[in-house]
Amino acid sequence: MTEARKALDVRFENVTKRYGEAVAVRDVSFSVAPGTLVTLLGPSGCGKTTTLRMIAGLEQPSEGRVLIGGRDVTGMPPAERDVSMVFQSYALFPHMTVLENVRYGLVVSGRRKRDANEAALAALAQVGLEGFGNRLPSELSGGQQQRVAVARALVLQPGVMLFDEPLSNLDARLRRHMREEIRALQQRLGLTVVYVTHDQSEALAISDEIIVMNNAVIAQQGGPRDLYERPASAFVAGFIGESNRLAARLEQRGPEEGTVVLGSARVVLPHHGAAEGAITLAVRPEAVRLVPVADPAAALAGTVTAAAYLGATMEYLVDSEAGEVFIVCPETGSPRKVGDQVALAVRPQGLCVLAA
Amino acid sequence: MAATAMATTGRLGGLRSFGASPAQVVLALAVAAFLVAFLLVPVLRVAWVAFQGPNGFTLVHFGDFFASTLFRESLYNSTYVAAMTVVLATIIAVPLAYFIARFDFPGAGIIHTLGVIPLVMPPFVGAIAMQLIYGRNGTVNLLLNDAFGFRIPFMEGLNGVIFVEGIHYFPFILLNLSAALSNIDSAMEESAQNLGARGWTLFRTIVFPLAFPGYIAGASLVFVKVFDDLATPLLLNVTAMLAPQAYLRITSVGLADPVGYVISVIMVVVSLAAMGGAALLLRGRDYATQQRGGGGLQRRRMSSGEAAVAWGFIGLTLLIVLSPHVGILLLSLGTVWSFSPLPDAFTLAHYGTVLRESTQYLVNTLLYCGGAGLLDVVLGVAIAYLVQRTSLPGRRLLDQAATASLAVPGLVLGIGILRTYFEVSIPGIEGSFATSGLMLTIVYAVRRLPYALRACDAAMRQLHVSIEEAAEMLGAGKMLTLTRIVVPLMIGGIAAGFVTSFATAAVELSATLLLVTRDVNAPLSYAIYVYMQSPAGRGPGAALGVIAVAVVAVGTWLSHSLAERDRARRSREVIAA
Repeated sequence: MTEARKALDVRFENVTKRYGEAVAVRDVSFSVAPGTLVTLLGPSGCGKTTTLRMIAGLEQPSEGRVLIGGRDVTGMPPAERDVSMVFQSYALFPHMTVLENVRYGLVVSGRRKRDANEAALAALAQVGLEGFGNRLPSELSGGQQQRVAVARALVLQPGVMLFDEPLSNLDARLRRHMREEIRALQQRLGLTVVYVTHDQSEALAISDEIIVMNNAVIAQQGGPRDLYERPASAFVAGFIGESNRLAARLEQRGPEEGTVVLGSARVVLPHHGAAEGAITLAVRPEAVRLVPVADPAAALAGTVTAAAYLGATMEYLVDSEAGEVFIVCPETGSPRKVGDQVALAVRPQGLCVLAA
Repeated sequence: MAATAMATTGRLGGLRSFGASPAQVVLALAVAAFLVAFLLVPVLRVAWVAFQGPNGFTLVHFGDFFASTLFRESLYNSTYVAAMTVVLATIIAVPLAYFIARFDFPGAGIIHTLGVIPLVMPPFVGAIAMQLIYGRNGTVNLLLNDAFGFRIPFMEGLNGVIFVEGIHYFPFILLNLSAALSNIDSAMEESAQNLGARGWTLFRTIVFPLAFPGYIAGASLVFVKVFDDLATPLLLNVTAMLAPQAYLRITSVGLADPVGYVISVIMVVVSLAAMGGAALLLRGRDYATQQRGGGGLQRRRMSSGEAAVAWGFIGLTLLIVLSPHVGILLLSLGTVWSFSPLPDAFTLAHYGTVLRESTQYLVNTLLYCGGAGLLDVVLGVAIAYLVQRTSLPGRRLLDQAATASLAVPGLVLGIGILRTYFEVSIPGIEGSFATSGLMLTIVYAVRRLPYALRACDAAMRQLHVSIEEAAEMLGAGKMLTLTRIVVPLMIGGIAAGFVTSFATAAVELSATLLLVTRDVNAPLSYAIYVYMQSPAGRGPGAALGVIAVAVVAVGTWLSHSLAERDRARRSREVIAA
């Protein structure tokens, strides 16, 4: 229980899933390395949950292959896959106690009751629920139910653990706490975890790698920093973190990089295949600074159209020649007012050329 | 501590609960007086008589009861019939519920219809027709005998009661079980599969325990209804059961004979025990509210073999379930139907007879049941209002008392009313108050009040209290608010409650049999019963039965469509908002 027994890898090879005419997942390939936590991230209906359910065997691909630990499991029923899933609704069996829930998987696979109990108690200890074995699920809080669901999946020592939006039924504070617990557990036990969420901050916080999905295909796969700093498309830039989309020009296009002209600023950036001429530039709110109008670093000029005081930061909306700019400003001492003329400076980290 | 709790409820109750106005107190007292006079006192009177000897409290009557072979046999028979009816209803209902829950199946619509057809016709109406179809010399056995040389004793003795009641009451199990199955979170099965369970293990450990509460709720209801039924065994000439014994004692030996009361007490105790036992079994198992998802079981297509079995089962069930309806129709249109698979010839004469001789019964039914329905919605709105919108002490007792009438068999209430009001006469009413049309109206109202109350209660629950608060802020008094704002807004629910009361009262027979002494006062259900007892009267009786079924069917359809329209209107409002 305490060491990773056999974390397995997961591979999708050109997997497509159709429901009649509708395509839920289109020709998707990816792999998840053993012992890592990979998030499937995307808006609802993007195919992320269908993908997860195909790993679990609750759905079968229309085309392509699914491999777990190098073994082709396409078409295999869920019970034979060595994969455990934590459901969005937790799916705790309401007619069984916590202990009966946790040992269920062991008992139905024919383990002796005493061994099953021992393992279940150990799993409950792993998630911090010692002494809760005799309660009914209905007597637990949402967070505790979540832990029971995790323990129930954990006790089978699965090669891969799946989480389907596990935190969506919890309140904001508990959500942050539980995601840290899940991450800590995964690292401690060296588990392979595939984790579905639509919450980008959750994905950024816990993932080794993120697979962003949109419209049934993978939009981008990479580490959290890659995705945030080098989004491959307008969709990814908009979905992960806040970002402004400003009108700019690409000049002196080289093999990898080119010069981006934004107002009076010139920055050398990877061009991501964009053609010379007018481009769209993704600009993170924290990459823009308000500067005095005459400042040499000023790239754009504009007018403040909205200002909000949020305690730790100020948020501004500025109307500029390159488009509307949303700014998060750590400086709250002398706030600008609506109607003020301001200048904006940008720093290269946090700018990204979007492929057309 | 108590003061804090009071203050908290007061705050949660918001504007609506700053005490009660005098009008509300009067309303509450009037409702309470009605329930005490026509439910509580009669039932307590029955219990009182059962335990009353010449020198006060006694168990002698119970001793007499258990000393008699006939009564012991009756108790056994009633229990046996109720239990076997549950078994028969289970055999019919469980496969049907499973077909709908597990399969993508074009027969689902037919199954849903199957679940409603029996409910529009009370079992006693179809009983005689069933005898003509399944009896020793009925259609089926004549054909069987001709073809294979044997007969099946469907209708012999207790079998007949079980058969007739079983095909009438199986929808109670079907509906409850279907609801329980469709409330199962679809992630339950998936999760169990994910943990390694499948096939029989999956069914035994997950599906069965989660559906069990729904099954028990339906089965206990069937048990109680059958245990209490008077008319069906009487019409089938099975008298060695509790309800018929009580009825025969009271009507032949007289009101003073204690055995009828003892039987009444035993019937109430068994009913309560069955309901209490079910509640005990179900305690802590209200899984429907504990599961988030819903969605039911995983559905799949039937294989062609499974489809053949399913269609065969549905076809056979449909045939049997429709047979009382078809039988009663044939009986009402046939000239002579005896020792032959079908009536000899067809005629409309019975309807003519009925329309000539029996319009009084129809008028009486419309009068009594209309009055009862009206009384029920007035009481229902009043109780719902008092419970939900005031903080009068003891207001929940009103709801509980009204609902408790479900546990009182019609026979028992009838005996209690007779005993309590037989000596009472009211100016303007000929004869005893207990056997008057007014009393029948009141008794119907008491018996059907639980249905109307639930409809009114639900309708009021959907009304946001802020609407009333707004009216009160604008200067309307509480009673004006109730009559001008609340009632008009709940009109859909009220109408549904009225129609349900009306339609089900139209086929009430247990209390009716006890309280009707003169033909002029008799309603339709009583007339059907009387006609059906003589072979010559069966044709007209069946014609009356068809009319009664039509009344109930139209009523059921009306109440359903009223409720639907109300819901549609509400959802439109929500969308507009």
